[in-house]
Amino acid sequence: MTDFFSRIGRSTLGVLARIGRGCLFLWHALVGLPGLILRPGLVVAQIYSIGVLSLIIIVVSGTFVGAVLALQGYNTLVNFGAQDSLGVLVALSLLRELGPVVTALLFAGRAGSALTAEIGLMKTTEQLSSMEMMAVDPMRRVIAPRLLAGFISMPLLAAIFSFLGIMGAYVVGVGALGLDEGPFWGQMQSAVDFRDDVMNGVIKSLVFGFVASWIAVYEGYDAEPTAEGVSRATTRTVVHTSLAVLGLDFVLTALMFG
Amino acid sequence: MAASDSADDCIVDIRNLHFSRGRNVIFDGVDIRIPRGSVTAIMGPSGTGKTTLLRLIGGQLRPDAGEVRVGDETVHQLRHRQLYRLRRRMGLLFQSGALFTHLNVFENVAFPLREHTDLPEPLIRDLVLMKLQAVGLRGARDLMPAELSGGMARRVALARAIALDPAIIMYDEPFAGQDPISMGALVTLIRTLNDALGLTSVIVSHDVAETARIADLIYVISQGRVVESGSPEQLMASESEWVRQFMHGLPDGPVPFHYPADSLADDLLDTRR
Repeated sequence: MTDFFSRIGRSTLGVLARIGRGCLFLWHALVGLPGLILRPGLVVAQIYSIGVLSLIIIVVSGTFVGAVLALQGYNTLVNFGAQDSLGVLVALSLLRELGPVVTALLFAGRAGSALTAEIGLMKTTEQLSSMEMMAVDPMRRVIAPRLLAGFISMPLLAAIFSFLGIMGAYVVGVGALGLDEGPFWGQMQSAVDFRDDVMNGVIKSLVFGFVASWIAVYEGYDAEPTAEGVSRATTRTVVHTSLAVLGLDFVLTALMFG
Repeated sequence: MAASDSADDCIVDIRNLHFSRGRNVIFDGVDIRIPRGSVTAIMGPSGTGKTTLLRLIGGQLRPDAGEVRVGDETVHQLRHRQLYRLRRRMGLLFQSGALFTHLNVFENVAFPLREHTDLPEPLIRDLVLMKLQAVGLRGARDLMPAELSGGMARRVALARAIALDPAIIMYDEPFAGQDPISMGALVTLIRTLNDALGLTSVIVSHDVAETARIADLIYVISQGRVVESGSPEQLMASESEWVRQFMHGLPDGPVPFHYPADSLADDLLDTRR
């Protein structure tokens, strides 16, 4: 019985220590952000590797999610004679929920895991240590640009995801299912509010971008410097980011639309 | 050159250093003084904390007690900015080389110059080529780290470590796993660069023969303490059996060949069962 309680105590302390280390880590990374104004090239290079190289998966997923949403939505709406509202259904689903959330989950799998593995391997091969000994702070040189690039990339990727989702739905709804183009766009235009729907979606993707990038760079930096340690850290990035995004999505949705 | 002779002009001064990892005591009152301009070796069996000592000098670790001074500054009392300023005067050659795998040889050597100076590109190019020439790898400037042998990688890392003309350069096991030709090249390079550039070199190693060839002063550490210090010749003729065993690489002596165990007869007869 005592063992049971001591195990709970130890693991609770372990979790608290990790959260504490993560917050300190974030503080050090944030302190490094102003210095990036003088070196925008570092951020641009990371936006390319985090954002541009994630485009394929975002483009393909966005298009197909929109297309599937149109098929499923049409089958339900047509029973009520409300198939003209398909554009509204798809746009609101994508802008409010699926765009930010699915993009964040895909981001964790594509860019987050890559960030963790890269930083973890830099640590394992002593590249971060050697940088420190060359009087170059890895928090400013390696971590801060990646954190900022993730934060910038996520809303852009989510916007592309939502746009292509709507276009996928248009192709299926108007092109394949024969819906009238006028109501598809017209109802969407009148029912989608810029502040309530578009901006709230953007806020969600900014929050997800911040959290996903933080988790990814922190897991890499905190990884045990072995092959197994980097592998565990990469897995943790994907799992923790997914859970954090889904949990935060509920909280944000409750605050915005609840 | 004995340690006490050079106490007045030492660039690294370690006094009463204590350091532990958990319950494992790594240093238990170590005093080391590294004379300016010398090649000083820190030697000892594997696991005695030689690399840890370099990290303490570089400020990557903090001592539990005692002090580590570099020049006029106590390393572990420096603020972040001051510590990074001090590190510009230090170079550390990691055992693995620790080259940046996404940069080629030229860019690896140019890295500290680009980070710390605003020199124009033609000047950076000239400086990098001069450093690479010094380690004999000017022709390898376009290779990626994955294309280099272990010895070449260490020489590139050496060129990078001297890019900012540091006052001190520290070598972590520079001879480990090297073929005889690479080893000879590194031995010569360390001594030549030290004398030509007016550096102070600290070598952490357990390769006795190679280190003794170029070191002015050797500290032998074991079980958290300095066992003996002096010139290579003094240590080779040491009265301590342990030091003689280490310096001459004898398989048996005060450090037994066998790991402590019950007697072989007991084990074979399995008398405890």
